[in-house]
Amino acid sequence: MKHIKVLGTGCAKCKTTYNNVLEAIKQTGIEADVTKIEDIEEMMKYNVLTTPVLMIDEVAKVKGRVADINEIKKILTE
Amino acid sequence: MFDWLQNFSDWLIYSVFGISAKTHLGEALNFFVNDTIKIAILLFLITILMGVVNSYFPVEKIRNYLSRNKMYGLEYLFASSFGVITPFCSCSSVPLFIGFVKGGIPLGITFTYLITAPLVNEVAIAIFAASFGFKVTAIYVATGIVLGIVGGFTLGKFKLERHLTPWVQNIIANAETEEELQEDKLTLSQRFPAILKEAFNIVKGVSLYIVIGIAIGASMHGFLPTGFFEHYINKGQWYAVPLAVLIGIPMYSNAAGVIPIIQVLVAKGIPLGTAIAFMMGVIGLSLPEAMLLKKVMNLKLIAIYFGTIAFFMILSGYLFNILL
Repeated sequence: MKHIKVLGTGCAKCKTTYNNVLEAIKQTGIEADVTKIEDIEEMMKYNVLTTPVLMIDEVAKVKGRVADINEIKKILTE
Repeated sequence: MFDWLQNFSDWLIYSVFGISAKTHLGEALNFFVNDTIKIAILLFLITILMGVVNSYFPVEKIRNYLSRNKMYGLEYLFASSFGVITPFCSCSSVPLFIGFVKGGIPLGITFTYLITAPLVNEVAIAIFAASFGFKVTAIYVATGIVLGIVGGFTLGKFKLERHLTPWVQNIIANAETEEELQEDKLTLSQRFPAILKEAFNIVKGVSLYIVIGIAIGASMHGFLPTGFFEHYINKGQWYAVPLAVLIGIPMYSNAAGVIPIIQVLVAKGIPLGTAIAFMMGVIGLSLPEAMLLKKVMNLKLIAIYFGTIAFFMILSGYLFNILL
């Protein structure tokens, strides 16, 4: 069971990342829970500077850009 | 440098399509083809170049460096120059702001970065170069850097900390120097695929705006007579520059769409300084950004921030009109 977090203030890029994560999970069939963190105070606990951020099991994997579905699938199956 | 492209556009429109150079349509189509290809080439080159620089100097590294080093004023120049090379999305402005002050970076330097980052970005540079040539682009970039330094320095002198929201003041009170960053030891060839992909994404993201901008520009180019605007807007009107900035700020458009239109306005008689002041207002300050900043500042500080930047944009506009 993987814990995935998408950090972002609700901009278009953040929404795309979130949807890509859902799609990647569906395609790989990996068991994971996805949390969207939009609250800035909560977000700053993770010391991010650019959004969106994709975190898997508390590790920031992608920062400041949209991760595409294939990339997320690759990170998930690592 | 782009003579071959002009020859190609002439050949395509006038010979292949057989539309006369003397018609409005021919002129507009020629402009459209020429501008689209030129911007596409420059945009790719510059986003790749910026991607390479950014891969070695990510914003985290810049923040941690500024957090650890005192440079007796030079940090303003650093923050401003770094603002040029890092890509910027207005949705990142709040995390950036907090991330900087959390690392103990003074408010003035944080503002410097926040001013330059959106104002001088890779898309604006590429389209500027395509539309106005390299000399004007260099002047624009230099002005953007100076504006960031002067604006941030001025704001830093105002002692504005008390206008930040309480939780941000709390963060500043507990600010800590950031650790040195663990670096990725990757060679350029290992970094390149990701850089290329990101450059492609940036170009893809703005291409629609560019094409619309050029299409509007092209139709004005073809159908408005040269010097059309000279009658209405000229260097002699002192109020034209401030008005241009004030109209520019609420217009939330990205640089991609607006510059090709401005290029034509300049060709048809609007003074370049006035046009650049307008573009700075459009690109550098936006209302959605102000809404986001409400999470970290009170309205008074946002007004001071926007007011100060607008003031320096107006000054730059006058300066351009005198120099160019």
